[in-house]
Amino acid sequence: MYVAVKGGERAIENAHRLLADERRGDRTLPSITLEQIAGQLSLAVDRVMAEGSLFDRDLAALAVKQARGDLIEAIFLIRAYRTTLPRFGATHPIETAAMRVRRRISATFKDLPGGQLLGPTFDYTHRLLDPDLAGDPDLPAPALRPELPTAMPRVTDLLGNEGLIEADPAETGEPVGDLTREPLSFPADRDLRLQGLARGDEGYLLALAYSTQRGYGRTHPFVGEIRMGEVEVEIDVPELGFSVVIGRITVTECQMVNQFKGSAKAPPAFTRGYGLAFGHQERKAMSMALVDRSLRAGELGEDRTAPAQDEEFVLSHCDNVQSTGFVEHLKLPHYVDFQAELDLVRRMRTEVAEKREAAE
Amino acid sequence: MNALPPTAATVAHDTPAYNFAYLDEQTKRMIRRAILKGIAIPGYQVPFASREMPMPYGWGTGGVQVTAAVLGPDDVLKVIDQGADDTTNAVAIRGFFRKTAGVRTTTHTAEATVIQTRHRIPEAPLAEHQILVYQVPIPEPLRFLEPRETETRTMHALEEYGLMHVKLYEDIARHGHIATTYAYPVKVDGRYIMDPSPTPKFDNPKMHRSKALQLFGAGREKRIYAIPPHTDVVSLDFEDHPFKVQTFAQPCALCAAEGVYLDEVLLDDKGGRMFVCSDTDNCEERRAAGHRGALAGDDISRKDRS
Amino acid sequence: MTAVTSAAFDGGFRQPVFDAQTTFRAIMDALARPGRRVICRPLATAPAPMSPLMAAVALTLVDPETPVWLDGALAASADVRGWFAFQTGAPMVDQPADAAFAFVVDPARMPPLSAFAQGTPEYPDRSTTLVVSAESVEDTGAVFTGPGIETSVLFDTRPAIPAFAEQWQANRALFPRGVDLLFVAADAIVGLPRSSRLRTG
Ligand SMILES: [Zn+2]
Repeated sequence: MYVAVKGGERAIENAHRLLADERRGDRTLPSITLEQIAGQLSLAVDRVMAEGSLFDRDLAALAVKQARGDLIEAIFLIRAYRTTLPRFGATHPIETAAMRVRRRISATFKDLPGGQLLGPTFDYTHRLLDPDLAGDPDLPAPALRPELPTAMPRVTDLLGNEGLIEADPAETGEPVGDLTREPLSFPADRDLRLQGLARGDEGYLLALAYSTQRGYGRTHPFVGEIRMGEVEVEIDVPELGFSVVIGRITVTECQMVNQFKGSAKAPPAFTRGYGLAFGHQERKAMSMALVDRSLRAGELGEDRTAPAQDEEFVLSHCDNVQSTGFVEHLKLPHYVDFQAELDLVRRMRTEVAEKREAAE
Repeated sequence: MNALPPTAATVAHDTPAYNFAYLDEQTKRMIRRAILKGIAIPGYQVPFASREMPMPYGWGTGGVQVTAAVLGPDDVLKVIDQGADDTTNAVAIRGFFRKTAGVRTTTHTAEATVIQTRHRIPEAPLAEHQILVYQVPIPEPLRFLEPRETETRTMHALEEYGLMHVKLYEDIARHGHIATTYAYPVKVDGRYIMDPSPTPKFDNPKMHRSKALQLFGAGREKRIYAIPPHTDVVSLDFEDHPFKVQTFAQPCALCAAEGVYLDEVLLDDKGGRMFVCSDTDNCEERRAAGHRGALAGDDISRKDRS
Repeated sequence: MTAVTSAAFDGGFRQPVFDAQTTFRAIMDALARPGRRVICRPLATAPAPMSPLMAAVALTLVDPETPVWLDGALAASADVRGWFAFQTGAPMVDQPADAAFAFVVDPARMPPLSAFAQGTPEYPDRSTTLVVSAESVEDTGAVFTGPGIETSVLFDTRPAIPAFAEQWQANRALFPRGVDLLFVAADAIVGLPRSSRLRTG
């Protein structure tokens, strides 16, 4: 006698208990705290905030812990929480020229007003595993400038003064699009493209950006500037009739300066690719800037031949919560459809065999 | 800026009290408006601002959003996946609505007012007061012929469906059959070509002039579409190759039903197999009514094997 | 025009979540089964000349994301305009073609259906849904067929929309573009989606 598999409910419950057990790990060791995650795995937390589209270190740390360090799972947790939050309004555009800069480098000028400021970087470290970090070594206090510089002019502003780079697009007064509130349709304007890229998967953008460097839609980029630090977030309060600063957030901004020979539409000048991410996310901001510039091919009259120039391709596949969901859904039962395919393949094989027999 | 986050305890305090059926009211309104457009334009895919749900894209987020937007406290909900109420994802989605909406749930098709499904249509004909909500992974029937949304949207606008017919005819030329066995395209009320979701084509005739309202939700692709009751839904075919559904050589091994869709179950590694109803509720009701298949035995009590 | 009175702030749903759901199911039923009187108890009120059921329909479907057009009789009431602003937050538009929803209490004097947003061939959903007062709904008169209708259905509303038969045929000829109608009586809604065909002769 055959008894069909039952008890899905209990199986799920047991699986989730086992998950909780494995997440906790060895119970003779203390549970990792959110402060430790936010403080010592801060770049993981930054990535979760950036791709989760929610600037909240505590919640991002909680998500990293709950996801057992699986960052895409953590991003998913943050997104699912974010979507339930009420919206009170939109902030003013942040002013990165007024950033309290903690790191600022330019690859285009040896020196410039405000100078180069390396800040906390992996750059120029020797990638040698450090056995001391297995413990908790004493560290010398960092040497800091007495006062963090503010109001450092952006390289693109300096170039702009000479008219060598295209002007920043003028404020239109139009409301900025939001692809989480309106379904994306194509062609998409740059505000929506930048939003999509800012939420997009770092690995995916990195690969696309790399492909442009290898010739799939070259953009001749220079890092005009990368800066990282804190900016103020301002919001209008209609009841008060003026705007107030509601807090400060850490962001990384990358402005690529791209050679442009000119086209039928525009004279030769440098053009911009823009990247911005929550937290300290240099790889993300740079990749985003390269891809942003590639997606401007149509607007600048360049041929659109490469994947990174194809906005429908880039934007339809950059969201890792979407892509992981759909790839992983293949785990779900598909046996009804598979049964239909089995039947077809068997039938076609029989027919082929019959034809062969008839021919012999 | 370096003020450390509050502790886990304070984070927990921020846990929101979720709304009835999870979605906030503004989101429900947006989805409801899309549903109404879908009903007014049968088979047309209405873009909607699909939300991020607490379950993965591709696992029923579209169906869940549609269900959440229509569901009320008087509804009785049934959730099936592959025709069965106890597949893991069906269990998870049913649990989600029990938790967030507190609605009554059932496994009995006739008892349900809202049925959310993945990959099957119940065998028993649906009634007028019922709503069938399909989970849809890829809503665009032309997507496998043309990956670009900008192109397929124009094709629908111009009713330019030649590509689809060419594809089906190429199948016939190459294999002597239309080699599409599920997600088999249909034409709705003589206008839009529509993807019925990955149901086996066996189920296509059930959509035609169904008494129930049929709603389709694709969360990741952000589309909603609908078939009103009593609407013509015709599977694409050719005069010399009319549409045919799959038939099974044997009846259900448990309830002896014929003319229903069967799952193939492997019994051993020596080619032993049996065929049983995919619609578990239909099978159970038949057995309760005394129908016995070849392998049913006398004891048909449910046993847990978890 | 008069000044806004406190009436503008009254009349919302008492149980917003459940009342909206109940009203929505009636609206959905009405549109899915064209021509059928779907009974719906009004769960809201609004300043005259807006009827309680029309108010409930508005609260169910309208919000800051949906531009609204009001006919002359409604727009003339500062209370009605105030009610929409306070209860729904919907932006008001002067041109019918800019509206996602249009509310009409004086069908005899309404603009032609073709004046409202018809959608585009690519996005036929970008059209106006008209919510129109009906003092009475009769199951006589014009015969409609199409999706949602088992064989055919007869119905007629009073007061009538001028030259409705011709207008509806022109609307249907645009399909999939066109407008959808919701007729709202005292305690019932009748839907007429663009897919409904008017039988002639
Ligand atoms: Zn059976």
